[in-house]
Amino acid sequence: MTIKRRTFLGAGIALPGLAAFGGRALAQQNNQPPAIQFDMGGKFDRSFNQAAYDGAERFQRESSIRYLEFEVTNPTQREQGLRNLARRNPSVVVGVGFANRSPLEVVSREFPQIKFTLIDDVLDAANVQSVVFREHEGSFLVGMIAAMASRTAKVGFIGGMDIPLIRKFARGYSEGAKHVNANIEVFENMTGTTPSAWNDPSRGGELARSQIARGADVIYAAAGGTGIGVYQACREAGKYAIGVDSNQNHLHPGTMLTSMIKRVDVAVYDAMTSARAGTWRNGTRVLGLRENGVGWALDEHNRSLITADMERRVNEARDAIIAGRITVTDVTAR
Amino acid sequence: MTAGPTEAPRWVGLVLLPVVNLVAAFALAGLVALALNESPIQLMHVLFFGAFGTLESVGFTLYYTTSFIFAGLAVAVAFHCGLFNIGGEGQAYIGGLGVGLVCLAFDTLPFIVVLPLALLAAMGFGAAWAYVPGWLQAKRGSHVVITTIMFNFIAAALMTYLLVDVLIKPGQSSPETREFAQGVWLPLAHDWLTAIGIPMPRSPLNLSFVFALAAAALVWVFIWHTRWGYELRAVGLNEEAAVYAGISPSRQIIVAMAISGGLAGLVGINEILGVHHRLLLGFPAGYGFIGIAVALMGRNHPVGVCLAALLFGALFQGGSEISFEMRNLNREMVVVIEGLVILFCGALENLFRPRLEALFRRRRAAAAA
Repeated sequence: MTIKRRTFLGAGIALPGLAAFGGRALAQQNNQPPAIQFDMGGKFDRSFNQAAYDGAERFQRESSIRYLEFEVTNPTQREQGLRNLARRNPSVVVGVGFANRSPLEVVSREFPQIKFTLIDDVLDAANVQSVVFREHEGSFLVGMIAAMASRTAKVGFIGGMDIPLIRKFARGYSEGAKHVNANIEVFENMTGTTPSAWNDPSRGGELARSQIARGADVIYAAAGGTGIGVYQACREAGKYAIGVDSNQNHLHPGTMLTSMIKRVDVAVYDAMTSARAGTWRNGTRVLGLRENGVGWALDEHNRSLITADMERRVNEARDAIIAGRITVTDVTAR
Repeated sequence: MTAGPTEAPRWVGLVLLPVVNLVAAFALAGLVALALNESPIQLMHVLFFGAFGTLESVGFTLYYTTSFIFAGLAVAVAFHCGLFNIGGEGQAYIGGLGVGLVCLAFDTLPFIVVLPLALLAAMGFGAAWAYVPGWLQAKRGSHVVITTIMFNFIAAALMTYLLVDVLIKPGQSSPETREFAQGVWLPLAHDWLTAIGIPMPRSPLNLSFVFALAAAALVWVFIWHTRWGYELRAVGLNEEAAVYAGISPSRQIIVAMAISGGLAGLVGINEILGVHHRLLLGFPAGYGFIGIAVALMGRNHPVGVCLAALLFGALFQGGSEISFEMRNLNREMVVVIEGLVILFCGALENLFRPRLEALFRRRRAAAAA
């Protein structure tokens, strides 16, 4: 163990020199392992963090390079974890989740020779790449699908916590629904006020049942693991549900109308692959419909639920958003 | 105090028994590691060196210890009055709000002015948050366990609202306030130590650690060496006897809860003024709940609370190293070990005690004969 530590220290001194050399020869391959920090909720949350985990696993499978990882359990550990990972001289450190922004600001200054990728928020620094998604655009499309599938003209939204990111989902969804039917009613509930709101399926189920009792027949959940309870409740009541972040259509075929896909996995995979290939760039990547960073899922599990007319209208709207003919409100726009 | 011939010596209960319980807990944790194909020896090694191996890790350990001391003392004070304050988490959250508001409003003033204000705000806000359940218990008989749990959720809801809609720094998606001016940050231990010639890497250990030890000393004086502490304990031991002695239980309940909340609020000093330098969501991170375990393990005595806080601080810090060093173990392993420690030191307290005491009683009797 002590010996192991010394090796790490030795590597820490020897390798920054190499990295600086690699910086000059731009496209030089970096076979150091990449590193990833998952946020609270953990890598098996079946949603946001798990999408990031899938991306890292795909990199590991294809490159046979084992990535370093850390799962945060309290806010102070974010900075500690990023520093611990950066110290091992990885090809890139990926911080998953907007809460990593402030800690990354500190740690990226301490390790100017290490590359960092931040997901879900923007940080301007020479060694930081920020990846943000236009979740409101994807939510707009699934909002349209919800409105077209609804017979009661009442649809529901269940979020995790009432934070700006989730309001972005909610607003896009509601605008999409109203784009189809201006008189549609959209119920909106948040699961809770503590981080456990991201992993509370029983509360998700209760909220879904209460929205169903008020007449909703399609419910979109943007609440991490809480969504599992929402989908279950919809299945039991014979209503439709819409999944989030990962393609969740396979969870309950016949109930899952579609999923709003946010390609966190692609962002993580790209960051790790480009860092290895030497093509990693700093700056901000904004992934929307145009970049296929968000979208709606159509596969064998929901094919029978989506009519040709629905598909046509949604795809038209997608093209219109990309072309700028439809503007979806981004509540977090600065 | 000397033990009678038929009693086991005092150190058996105070030192030997906790050590035996800890060893048993770690042995069982080692078996869990073995089941996951990891070496138990390496597990203990990583835990210990992760917590105390370098000056940096000691800094992290003591930083966690600081928050656990405040939270543990809070539970202990309420316990001496017979109250089970489960609301440390919410009181810490609101205490941090007090610190944050003071800093956001006055961070242009000198440190020496802001620090006392922040301390008062942390204690005042925390005390106010605990006062209400205290008052409800004293005057309305609403059980403090229920109300303090509910107040944790109210605190979380309030903070989410404030951080998302009111105090958030515009132009970011993370619900956090702006950073306070650097002038009001609590001095960090590595800055002092490096200044006096002991190079120490960066860690979040800050002046609050000294405040925590001072708070422990003050709690000791208050509980055992003042009339107020005596009255508080009297109510805790026997409410009817206290009334007979002319003590008003409802007054003591409210006072005990307010002091308890004030101590919990000081967690906000360590976290907000010491480390994060901004208000953010979820910063108490369960410290308030761990405070309950710390107080139970520390037998509600300030010295015990400090030692138990050190143990939990070491588990927290050493545990975060486990996932770096051992691929088959993850962060849940730390929860398993914490759970085993609590189980052996709390619930299974009487597993070894009767046997150990009997052993020493026999030896003593043999020596006397």
